[in-house]
Amino acid sequence: MTTTASHPPEDLGPRPQTGGLGIANVSKVYDPEGRAVVALDDFSLDVEAGDFVAIVGPSGCGKSTLLNILAGFDTPTSGEVLLDGVPLAGPDLAPRPGPDRVVVFQQGALFPWMTVLGNVTYGLLKQGGVSRREAEARAITLLAESGKLDRIADAYPAQLSSGMQRRVEIIRALINDPRVLLLDEPFRAMDTVNKSTMHRHLLELYSRNRKTIVFITHDLEEALFLADRVIVMTTRPGTLKMDIAVNLPRPRKREMMASDAYLALREKAVFAVSEEAKRAFERGEREMA
Amino acid sequence: MKDATVATTSPALPRPRRARRLDWRGTSSVVGFFLAWQLAVNFSLPGFTDIPTPWEVLVTFVRDFLFSANYWSSWLVSFQRVFLGFFLAQIIGIPLGLFFGTHATFRALVLPVFEMMRPIPPLAWVPLSILFWPTTEASIVFITFIGAFFIITINVFEGVRSIRPEHVWLARSLGAGTLRIFRRIMIPAVVPSIAVGMTLGIAVTWNVVIAAEMIASDSGLGRLTWEGYVSSTPTIVIVGMISIGLAGYLSTMIVDWIESRMMPWKQ
Repeated sequence: MTTTASHPPEDLGPRPQTGGLGIANVSKVYDPEGRAVVALDDFSLDVEAGDFVAIVGPSGCGKSTLLNILAGFDTPTSGEVLLDGVPLAGPDLAPRPGPDRVVVFQQGALFPWMTVLGNVTYGLLKQGGVSRREAEARAITLLAESGKLDRIADAYPAQLSSGMQRRVEIIRALINDPRVLLLDEPFRAMDTVNKSTMHRHLLELYSRNRKTIVFITHDLEEALFLADRVIVMTTRPGTLKMDIAVNLPRPRKREMMASDAYLALREKAVFAVSEEAKRAFERGEREMA
Repeated sequence: MKDATVATTSPALPRPRRARRLDWRGTSSVVGFFLAWQLAVNFSLPGFTDIPTPWEVLVTFVRDFLFSANYWSSWLVSFQRVFLGFFLAQIIGIPLGLFFGTHATFRALVLPVFEMMRPIPPLAWVPLSILFWPTTEASIVFITFIGAFFIITINVFEGVRSIRPEHVWLARSLGAGTLRIFRRIMIPAVVPSIAVGMTLGIAVTWNVVIAAEMIASDSGLGRLTWEGYVSSTPTIVIVGMISIGLAGYLSTMIVDWIESRMMPWKQ
C-alpha cells in the first residue's frame, strides 16, 4: 500500500541540514484500570529534513499520541524515535521536550498573561544566551516579516482573533529555530475563509524558512494542499495505512485543487480515509452499546 | 474574526470600563425609593411607626456623626478588622491552595481536615474564638480571617487544577525549568482564581465582621448599629446600616482596583 515519497519541491529554499526524523516501530499502550488500549501500533515513518508531512486519520487514531511522543511529552511503550540519528524517545528514555521540536496545539496555547512580544521572546530568553534587547529585536523583525504582525506586539492574546493568535503561535515556535515544527490540528476550529488565509501564511513561512513540519489533521484537502507527503493512519490501534507523495508544484495555489493531478491524488486518498473513518464510527457505536 | 482588521489600535488599547452612569431610569428608581420610605413613615404604615424619615436620618447624621471622631473611629476599627483578616487569609490561603494543587501527598494529608472545617459557618467560630484568643480584637480578626480563608484557598486550589497542561508542556519545550514554570506559568495562570477568591472573600469578610462586632465587640460599625437598637434610637440603626453599605462598596472598589492591576491582560 505504501509508495516511497519525498521529492524535492523545486521552488523552496535549500533543505535544512537538520530535522530528519526516524520513527521506528513505535507503539503506545495506555493501561488505565487494566484495560490495555493500544493507541499506536508498530508505527514507522522516515521524514527527510525539510519535508512537510501531513498525518491524516480519524479521531482516536493516535495522531496526537504520536505528536506527543515526538514533542517529548510522552514515552512510547516500544520502538524508537531518532532526530538526526540521535535517539530522542524510547521506552527507556525519559520524555525530553526541547526547543528543537516545538508544538502548536489545536486549541491554541499562547500564554494569556504575556503580550505577543512576551510570548514570542519567551523561548529565546529561557534558553539563555540572548539579551532581552536582542530577543525583542529578533521577535519584532520576524513579526514584521510575517504580514506586519509587529503592530500587535504589545497586544494580549485575548485581544486578537483566533487566526491572529495561531499565527503568533507559529512564530513563537519558529523563532527558536526548531529542527521540527509540530502542528496539532492548528486550524481545526476555523471556518473555511480563515483556514485558507492561515494556509497561505503557513506556506509563506515554510517557503521562506524551510523546516521539517509534521502537520496533524483530519482534513484531507488541507493535508494535500499543504504537504509534500500525506500519511493516512488507520483507526485505533493507529498504524500507517497509506503514504502518498504529493507531487504538486510549489507555490501551492487554490486553483490547483481543480487540476487533474490534484484530483487523482485526492481520489486515491479519499477512499482510504473514509474507510478508516467508517471503521472508527462503527467502533464508536459498539463502544456506546 | 476577520484576519487583518483585528486589534490594529495598539499600542494603546483602551480597557473598557464598567459603565456606572445613572440615567433617568436609575435616578427615578433612587428618588422613588426615598419617596416611598418618606410616605410610608408619613402615613404610619404598619412597622414604620418607629422609623425615622430619610430627612431626619440625614439631619441626625450631619449633626451627630459627620464631625464625630467616635463615628469615624468605628469606620477605622471595622476597616482594620476586615483588611487584617482578609490580608491574613490571602497570605495563608494562597500558598495553601497552591500546595493542595501541586503536592498529592500534602493534599491527601491535609485536605480531609480542611474539608471537614470548611462547612462550619464563620459565625459558629465566635464562641470558640473568644475562648481561644486572649483579646476580643484578636478573636474578631480571626473570625474575619476564617470568613475569607476557606474561600480563597479553595479558589486557588481550583485554579491550579485548571492550569492547561499545554501551557506547562510548551514552557518546558521552550526551555523553561521547573522553578521558572512555577513563577512565570503557574502563578499567572492562577491569578484569575485568586481574584475570584478576593472578590468573594471581601464580601464575606464584611458580613462576618459586622455580625461578630454585634455579638462580641464594643467598637466598630456593627457595634454602632447594634447600640442604636439597644438604645431605641432607630436613626442610629439606619445611619449604621448605610455606613456599612458604603464601607462594603468602598472595599469592593479597592479590591477591584487591585485585581485589575494583577491582571493587565484581562480586558
